Amino acid sequence: MEIKSMHFKANVSAKLADAVLQGNLKNAKGKFVTKRAEAIKDLDDFEATRDAAAAIRNKVIDNLDLWLERFEQKAKDTGATVLWAKDGAEVCRLVIDIAKKHGVKKVTKSKSMLSEEAGLNHALEAAGIQPVETDLGEYILQVDNNEPPSHIIAPAVHKSLDDVADLFHKIHGTPRKTDIPALTREAREVLRGHFLSAEMGLSGGNFLVAETGSVALVTNEGNGRMVTTLPKVHVVITGIEKVIPTLEDLSTLMRLLPRSATGQSISNYFSILTGVKKPEEHDGPEHLYFVLVDAGRADVVGGDFHAMLRCIRCGACMNHCPVYQTIGGHAYGWVYPGPMGSVLTPLYAGIENSIDLPHAATLCNQCGIVCPVKIPLPDLLRKLREKQTERGLRPLTERIGLRLWAWVALRPALYALGARFGARYLKWLASGSDRIRILPAAPEWTQGRDFPAPQGKTFRELYAARQKTAKEST
Amino acid sequence: MNSREEILGRVRAGLQRNAGNAAAGREVMAAALSSNSQGPKPAFDATPQALLERFRIKSEVQASTVDIVAADADVPAAVARYLGDMKLPKTAVVQPALAALDWAAAGLTVEARGARDADLVGITGCFCAVAETGTLMMCSAPDTPAAVSLLPETHIAVVQASRIVAYMEDAWNLARAELGSLPRAVNFISGPSRTGDIEQTIVLGAHGPYRVHLVVVQN
Repeated sequence: MEIKSMHFKANVSAKLADAVLQGNLKNAKGKFVTKRAEAIKDLDDFEATRDAAAAIRNKVIDNLDLWLERFEQKAKDTGATVLWAKDGAEVCRLVIDIAKKHGVKKVTKSKSMLSEEAGLNHALEAAGIQPVETDLGEYILQVDNNEPPSHIIAPAVHKSLDDVADLFHKIHGTPRKTDIPALTREAREVLRGHFLSAEMGLSGGNFLVAETGSVALVTNEGNGRMVTTLPKVHVVITGIEKVIPTLEDLSTLMRLLPRSATGQSISNYFSILTGVKKPEEHDGPEHLYFVLVDAGRADVVGGDFHAMLRCIRCGACMNHCPVYQTIGGHAYGWVYPGPMGSVLTPLYAGIENSIDLPHAATLCNQCGIVCPVKIPLPDLLRKLREKQTERGLRPLTERIGLRLWAWVALRPALYALGARFGARYLKWLASGSDRIRILPAAPEWTQGRDFPAPQGKTFRELYAARQKTAKEST
Repeated sequence: MNSREEILGRVRAGLQRNAGNAAAGREVMAAALSSNSQGPKPAFDATPQALLERFRIKSEVQASTVDIVAADADVPAAVARYLGDMKLPKTAVVQPALAALDWAAAGLTVEARGARDADLVGITGCFCAVAETGTLMMCSAPDTPAAVSLLPETHIAVVQASRIVAYMEDAWNLARAELGSLPRAVNFISGPSRTGDIEQTIVLGAHGPYRVHLVVVQN
């Protein structure tokens, strides 16, 4: 997917001014948060479960090469083919090769964020192969001129019922419906035909189980089951970091993933797929391929952002993020929005292409608190800010400003003088009020809020005055 | 250098892989794979009667309906009753594993085979069921094809009460003991298919069944 994160500020202004989007976001935000809060109450010891989940993920990423080799061996033993892709372009090449080898004209897809990273749909179309998104949200976006998703779990969360009603009326040529079950049935009927006629099914993978060489898929709609049961070829596209050790570990992670994502105790379907159809079986694919994708992940291993590889893509961080709740997912400009996206986009799509993202956070740590695998997201965002400074990627004015500040801060007398001047200047600026409406030196800061006015004296002055009165009264 | 070697090479470089830490890593891996240690689980009463009761309650939370009968022989009549109450057709595809029940005597026309698009009712057994979440564990095999619980609009599952286990971890142990290796598809099913993709409004019956009815056999 083309990265548009460099236009973050312009995107944000547009999204904030979009009344329809603001209404849709407001409608969505409470639901995820309250459902999750309710769902985690079933777990006697939610914190211990989070610790266990983080330990499972660490166990693998700390020895990722060994676990990948182990998974690859087990998957091959079951009759699957394991392929490796360095980047999105190689993912597209491999999938098109597989499709051509098996004479595939149509591919039904279950939701895969990695295929978004790779821009796979576009590549398939260019190769004359029809990709059909079958997750309802992804389908809505595909038929709306291939709009990108705005959320990793609920891709069409930015769209209202009216939007979908208009869209289906236009695309399907059916009478306009405003009843959600009726719209859902309409999509079901259209997509059923595709499920039955596609020669290849494509899915992501929530987890790869090293013990058994299986892929685990967490779904609700049943489309994941369709695309992995009906076509003769099944291709799994997944990041190299998705391996977990055992089926028991899968159960532990499953106590957290649906609860954190949608507030469900378990998803409707949880499918663990191992190998290919046996000759005497009625259903299942005859060919199973795993495409294990790097696309920036290998370089994260062992470095400052290693903990990010624990991520299980639940979306809780964005659901709880005050910034995401206000601007929605598209403003982030790439595949992954919210706090996890603000870490992943610089790592996978280039730190220089996403300068604003690590700053699009108040560091309130809501994301860190809800993360089921305890990724310290605010720390990682802060670390990315450091990297920007180290690599000289910050704007010239900021760099000069910080140097100047550092120079002054090393000279206490000068610093005190500057602070006294500043406090008095700001008081003057407030002209009697306790708020400053516009800061001339930093107008951005006061665009959406007032700046509290200082009372004219610095902390050091007030402290000295208090010491003096205390001494006089004794 | 091929992509596999290049990717693994960069992972190894990141981990500063050498002979010493590789041996240590292999030990960690072997220990993790052989211990099958379990994480924290919510505690509840695991007596057979309590498991059945929890399974029933949790299944209903997942929007399944539950009927409890005394013996296998009562299953066809219970299925016919449900289909009649719901005004659904009395014709069904049944997994071959359940072909031996006397469906005709209950007035049902069943075909034992894999599922087709036109099938409106699918009747399956299940490998076992999980009380923690009200979940069926389906294992694919020649006589238990996976699509029977997926393509029809109505899925009816027969559950043996004796096969209700407390946790998913118990289900894995049962599969290891009885099947050896995992079948092609293990599907854990918790209620009818659903979506919340339009305005986070939950709608039952997305691509799979609109309704799931469970007939639990107490024996």
